[in-house]
Amino acid sequence: MRPIIQVSGVRKTYGRTVAVDEASFEVNEGEIFGLIGPNGAGKTTTMECIEGIRKPDRGTISVLGLDPFRQVYKLQDRIGVQLQQAQLQKRIKVWEAVDLWASLYKKKEVDGDRLLEQLGLSDKRDAWFMNLSGGQKQRLFIALALINDPEVVFLDELTTGLDPQARRAIWDLVRGIRERGKTVFLTTHLMEEAERLCDRVAIIEHGRIIDIDSPERLVVRHCPERTVLLDTEDLAAAHSFQTVPGVESVSCTGKRFTIRGRGDDLVSEVIHCLSENRIRVTDFRTILPNLEDVFLKLTGHSIRE
Amino acid sequence: MLRGLWKLTWIEIKVFLREPLGAFGTIGVPVLAFLVLGRVANLRIAPTSLGATGFSQVSLPVLVSLLISVSAVLSLVTIISIYREGGILKRLRATPLRPQTILAAHVIVKLLLTAATLVLMLLAGRRYFPAGAHVPWFSFTIALLISTWSILSIGFLIASIVPTARFAQPIGAVILYPMLAFSGLFVPVEALPPALHAVALAMPFTYSVRLLQGIWNGDGWLQHGSDVAALVMVFLVCTALSARVFRWE
Repeated sequence: MRPIIQVSGVRKTYGRTVAVDEASFEVNEGEIFGLIGPNGAGKTTTMECIEGIRKPDRGTISVLGLDPFRQVYKLQDRIGVQLQQAQLQKRIKVWEAVDLWASLYKKKEVDGDRLLEQLGLSDKRDAWFMNLSGGQKQRLFIALALINDPEVVFLDELTTGLDPQARRAIWDLVRGIRERGKTVFLTTHLMEEAERLCDRVAIIEHGRIIDIDSPERLVVRHCPERTVLLDTEDLAAAHSFQTVPGVESVSCTGKRFTIRGRGDDLVSEVIHCLSENRIRVTDFRTILPNLEDVFLKLTGHSIRE
Repeated sequence: MLRGLWKLTWIEIKVFLREPLGAFGTIGVPVLAFLVLGRVANLRIAPTSLGATGFSQVSLPVLVSLLISVSAVLSLVTIISIYREGGILKRLRATPLRPQTILAAHVIVKLLLTAATLVLMLLAGRRYFPAGAHVPWFSFTIALLISTWSILSIGFLIASIVPTARFAQPIGAVILYPMLAFSGLFVPVEALPPALHAVALAMPFTYSVRLLQGIWNGDGWLQHGSDVAALVMVFLVCTALSARVFRWE
């Protein structure tokens, strides 16, 4: 895998506010890379520096071997961009926007009508932008980002403000972009989105990148805790659970037991204990940590705060 | 990039005409105003080479032409600030389109609109002109376009300072309309007190009025070389300033 985007020591300030501080990372060809963090963490600024829209105060960026700021037109011909909360002219028709965008790029391989069809917008061809739903607008922006058959696609807060159904449909589209061999760089403050979509993520807070890895490995690295919840009438079971390897605490309220511990083996050890001691359970569930917990652990607060 | 300019210009024209009030307000209102005012005054608006520039003789077509021009500039200011607020300018910039191309498309749209409104106005007002009178409509249109083009550059400056789209129209109006007052349209510039006279000479509209009145009266272009030069200067200065202060987002 070769890196398509290389960011090294990038810093960007607005007045006295440091938006991005010493950001360094690489994005590999063909992966979906996510920059995740709360609103105002510096995600958009970082992305816009990479797209060549903003000039970093310090640091170097290379995208497809180009300097995004100095070679911005060359770069923009080869990348596709979707901006956060962008709008188009209220009364521009869907096909007009696609037609305009298609005329701006040197490559003429992509068939705009086919693109609209793939994105489920064929029947909205003649609709005005202002009359599209939130999901349809985002799909149109994806179409515009793909119109030049770009090598890298940038998606900034793609599904913010969409209902869960529209969100899932957009996720499928993004996976489809990767399947066509493109590299995707996205930002999101939705941990579920990052977990389901990204091959690798960088966690950013207060302009600093805290850690970078695949969502699974981040969870393993930072959150080894496991929790098992189970219901049993067998009140003597508490003693058995205490002896399970890896268990750190057992508590019970009524017939509901909460068993906390760490390590990947905890769940199977608990199951083993249940069968060995013939403990009859009426409910059994596990709580596994996710990216949200990783974020909480690394920053000391929830991403929603 | 010419292809992009042409496409963008054409789309902006269509988008503008789809705006229910936009098209009527900027094209219909000046034409109607001209007809109503013309009727009220029961004018015979003739070009005169006598140099008599009585309001009823010359000023009405010049006044209405300048109103067309100002409304084009106000419409530019509003559109630019709406586009900035909605992130449309930013979205267009994140393509291989050059920033100059995006702004040029808007200037072209406004100039075409100005020309179209003026032609409609002259056609609709034909009955006020005495038979056989020679209205130098072609030169007059060119003069109005030069003037509008120059004032549009002030529009970009105004668009740079308006904080949100809601303020675009009022701020633009507050800046532009008083300029009209000192332009020599209502009171000859020479008749103003010295202080105001100096102010008037700094206003681009003063040169617009001189140029438009002169051309309407049948003057040649050579006589108004200095007015055209002043308008070009205004364009250059304002464009250089806006290039520094213009905000895209």
